[in-house]
Amino acid sequence: MTNAVIKCESVYKIFGTNAKKMLQEANGNVDAKTFQENGCIVGVNNASFEVAKGEMLVVMGLSGSGKSTLLRCISRLTDATDGKIFIEGQDLLSLKNKELIELRRNKMGMVFQSFALLPHKTVLENIAFPLQIKGIKTEDSINKAMDMVKLVGLDGRENYFPRELSGGQQQRVGIARSLAVEPDIWFLDEPFSALDPLIRKEMQDEFLRLQGVLKKTIMFITHDFDEALRLADRIAIMKDGIIEQLDTPAKIVLNPATEYVKKFTEEVPREKVLKIEAVMDPVDDVKNLSDLKVSKNEIIENVAEKILTQEKSVAVIDENNKIVGTVHPSKIIHTVFGGEKK
Amino acid sequence: MELLKKYPKLFQWLFLLVIFFALCFAIDVPETYKFIRGQAEFVKDPNQSTYTLFGAEVRYYAFDTLWRLPPLLGWLPIWVNDSLFFLLNEWMPMEFWNEDLQEYRTRPLVLQITRNITASMTFLIELIREILLGGSKTVVAFTSWDWIDKNPWAELPGLPWTIVAAGAVILCYKLSGKGLAIFAGLVMIYISVFGQWKPSMQTLSFILVAAPLSFIFGLSLGIMAYKSKRIEKALYPLLLVMQTMPQYAVLVPAMVLFGIGDHAAVIITMVVAIPPMILLTLLGLRAVPSEVIEAGKMSGCNNWQLMTKVLIPTARRDILIGVNQVIMVCFSMAVIAAFIGAKGLGWNLLLALNQLNIGLALEAGLCISMIAILLDKMSLAWANKQEDYFGNLTFFQRYKNTLFFAGAVLIGVIFAYVGTFVFKGSFNYFSEIPHNKGLSFADFWNKGVDWIWDTFFQTLKIFNTWLITEVLQPMRALYLRMPAVATLVLVIGAGYIIGGIRSAFTVGGLALFIALSPWWDRALVTAYMATFGVIASCTIGLTVGTLCQQNKYTTKFMLAVCDIFQTFPSFVYLIPVMMLFGITDTSVLIAVIVYATIPATRYTIEGLRSVPPALHDAATMSGVTKFQRLINIEFPIAFPHMMLGVNQTIVFALFMVIIGAFIGTEDLGQYILKALSDKKGGGKGLILGICVAFIALIFDNLIRTWVEKRKKHLGID
Repeated sequence: MTNAVIKCESVYKIFGTNAKKMLQEANGNVDAKTFQENGCIVGVNNASFEVAKGEMLVVMGLSGSGKSTLLRCISRLTDATDGKIFIEGQDLLSLKNKELIELRRNKMGMVFQSFALLPHKTVLENIAFPLQIKGIKTEDSINKAMDMVKLVGLDGRENYFPRELSGGQQQRVGIARSLAVEPDIWFLDEPFSALDPLIRKEMQDEFLRLQGVLKKTIMFITHDFDEALRLADRIAIMKDGIIEQLDTPAKIVLNPATEYVKKFTEEVPREKVLKIEAVMDPVDDVKNLSDLKVSKNEIIENVAEKILTQEKSVAVIDENNKIVGTVHPSKIIHTVFGGEKK
Repeated sequence: MELLKKYPKLFQWLFLLVIFFALCFAIDVPETYKFIRGQAEFVKDPNQSTYTLFGAEVRYYAFDTLWRLPPLLGWLPIWVNDSLFFLLNEWMPMEFWNEDLQEYRTRPLVLQITRNITASMTFLIELIREILLGGSKTVVAFTSWDWIDKNPWAELPGLPWTIVAAGAVILCYKLSGKGLAIFAGLVMIYISVFGQWKPSMQTLSFILVAAPLSFIFGLSLGIMAYKSKRIEKALYPLLLVMQTMPQYAVLVPAMVLFGIGDHAAVIITMVVAIPPMILLTLLGLRAVPSEVIEAGKMSGCNNWQLMTKVLIPTARRDILIGVNQVIMVCFSMAVIAAFIGAKGLGWNLLLALNQLNIGLALEAGLCISMIAILLDKMSLAWANKQEDYFGNLTFFQRYKNTLFFAGAVLIGVIFAYVGTFVFKGSFNYFSEIPHNKGLSFADFWNKGVDWIWDTFFQTLKIFNTWLITEVLQPMRALYLRMPAVATLVLVIGAGYIIGGIRSAFTVGGLALFIALSPWWDRALVTAYMATFGVIASCTIGLTVGTLCQQNKYTTKFMLAVCDIFQTFPSFVYLIPVMMLFGITDTSVLIAVIVYATIPATRYTIEGLRSVPPALHDAATMSGVTKFQRLINIEFPIAFPHMMLGVNQTIVFALFMVIIGAFIGTEDLGQYILKALSDKKGGGKGLILGICVAFIALIFDNLIRTWVEKRKKHLGID
């Protein structure tokens, strides 16, 4: 990919005093256990991937899997022990402090799990903070922050202090703050994990709406597999610092690469996750199709009923109404009830 | 054997005690041994041995080494003193411009530096004092005496007390609300009506110089320690010693460097007030959530912006609690610094105590206590104050307090002016009530004291005699009976059992330092008084704390009482005990007990409160009685926290024992007091202070190590 915004090449992050030396001796074969015996903890183990412009990569893993560490390496809140990270072609690890600050001021935004708002500043001041740090005139930064307040739907509360807001509202402020400088790259570190389930759902919808408008390049960290499925263009599943599988949600659900990934996918209701596209067959006989046409981007659940009333295969069309595939009703039944699912 | 496996620690302790007592019995008291009273060390005695080390001749009474170690560190105070003297008077002579003589003069560098610091401190204190109390020196400082003679209108009148009082009330209202404002008003009126205005303002001016300077230094050092592990490591032992060193002892070397008077007092106050500020700054900065720091970094903060715009504002509360500490330490030092000639309330108190005028002392003491409470509440209110959003305020709402103060200034000035007509020929009571022209109930109090003495003399005397002959003297004799080696074995053994080899080395080193100093006997007396005080305090504190904790209201009440008592400068406690028990060891011990009971009670309550409610409920549901729950659930879990209270109790008790020397005791404190009036006492005072600090640190190390292990074991934080 030439338009990769974030590019990682075998990134390692190992905590411990003699991490560098041990890593060199290991010669690329990092085993978490032997490292631990020597007092080193492996955070990220040989991570290589790319994120394209406008793509949302969700990194999913349980606590201690190294997902947050990976994010902090890419935002250089910690320095990776080894490997290469490129942000829009710039070698991140070779940047000097000043250049790094410039990069963060203009290109990066980050949202935190515990919101990380400044307790002594109002909503508006919190949102304007990155702008003011950048040295933008107070008036301009306040105006810009006000736009952000409206964008996340907090108008009327711009002069509240963070402690006077609910968790969901606080995270809206966090989101607005991270977007204030109009960054190209947006990091979200478990942004909705601290919220109640209902609020979380609402915030996810809100987030999808925002992304529909803004089209940022996103790295999103979560420990919630459902959340990952809902939001992601691609998902990276991590365990013990290793990326177990990196693929689109559909491919992960249909073809889990390892036993570990399978544990997550087993319980997932496929009809709710998969799109028609994922189960369609290639077009072989255009004439022998029913009249019904479904879009390839529909979630199976939404069109299953319609398809199941048909006897013949159903045509699958793309955005330009061109037929790109077919789905036989039996295929739907197989997807929902059959297969390897117990 | 099985028992041994089950309780290995218990047997280790038993073993240690057996060895200790065996040593005690094996080593006899040498026939020549006697407790050295008075000035024996300062007089040449043919029975004394001498040795010379590092050019210092040390004289001491030689005993069996197992009984008392020879004072191998005896040269240290002399050496410290000589070095100070050398630094001050001989090292690096340089040419300095002398303003008065209009010529260059040769002066040693350090002397010049200290004199310059002295001059600037004096200037600052005078500046504030002149504003509060009136005068012309400040104007002169910027112009000249000729100018002021020609322009008498420029002579500054002092702020009328009404204005200062109104200022305090408005500030309190802004910080906390009506309650505190009323209290502030009452305190101000009391101060003024009882004629304590001038000394109070002198003390206040002292604090207004010392506190901000301590704050600035403490904050900067705290930030430096936060940023660099190395600086923190270097500062840490210093901080520990400074926190446990009696404030008294620091006075002595400061006197050598800076002379006596307000300026020296300010400098020494800073030395004492900076450590808690550093600690609380460090604590506050450490407590800033890492995500907030990361958010700051991701917003593109550079280091300076991160510190000033993210870290410090987020740690605001802890830093302001530090300010509170600084103010309280400054205030208590302002009282103690009277010993080196700082003017103000402490000076009056000291004078009154020296004259045994309990009534006057009581009035000054009450004044000190009330100001202490006021300052404490004000700074705490500031720390806890959070800004609120009130929408768009009108001009009047926004500047309400400023407007009120402006009004108060105007009215105060008018009053003071009117006063010049009303009180023609006497003092202008609307401006300032002079020291001896206010109300005074001193005679009443003195009569009261006399009455108490007349009525209860027999009872008190009997109690006093009983305590001294039956409890204190035997206890003291027991402590002095311990051979030095046995004590060292006990300390090191305890260190080993509690914290392993590392702890054993630390406490052993600390104890050895004291044993090798010339003051081992005195340290034993200090230890005996402190032990008595600590045992009594802990018993009282534990009982009171546990009883009060049974009820929500009594808990609140007791904590409030602790808060108030804690704000009093320790010196104030001597007044009532002298009133009741006169000048005896009993007085000191009672002051020690009262003072040291505060932390014991507080930590008991806090410890019991920290027991998780779920555990409480679980116990209740298993059907325990209240008493069973207390014994089986609450005490074991609260115990580590309560032990920290014991730690504090020890420090408090030692402080008070040392200050008790003012009444007259035979411990380390007595020597510190002596060093104060000794021209060559600088080194001695410092080493004595370090000895006291080390006694506290031995216990501190043992208790802390134990508590940490225990907490880990129980899985509490």
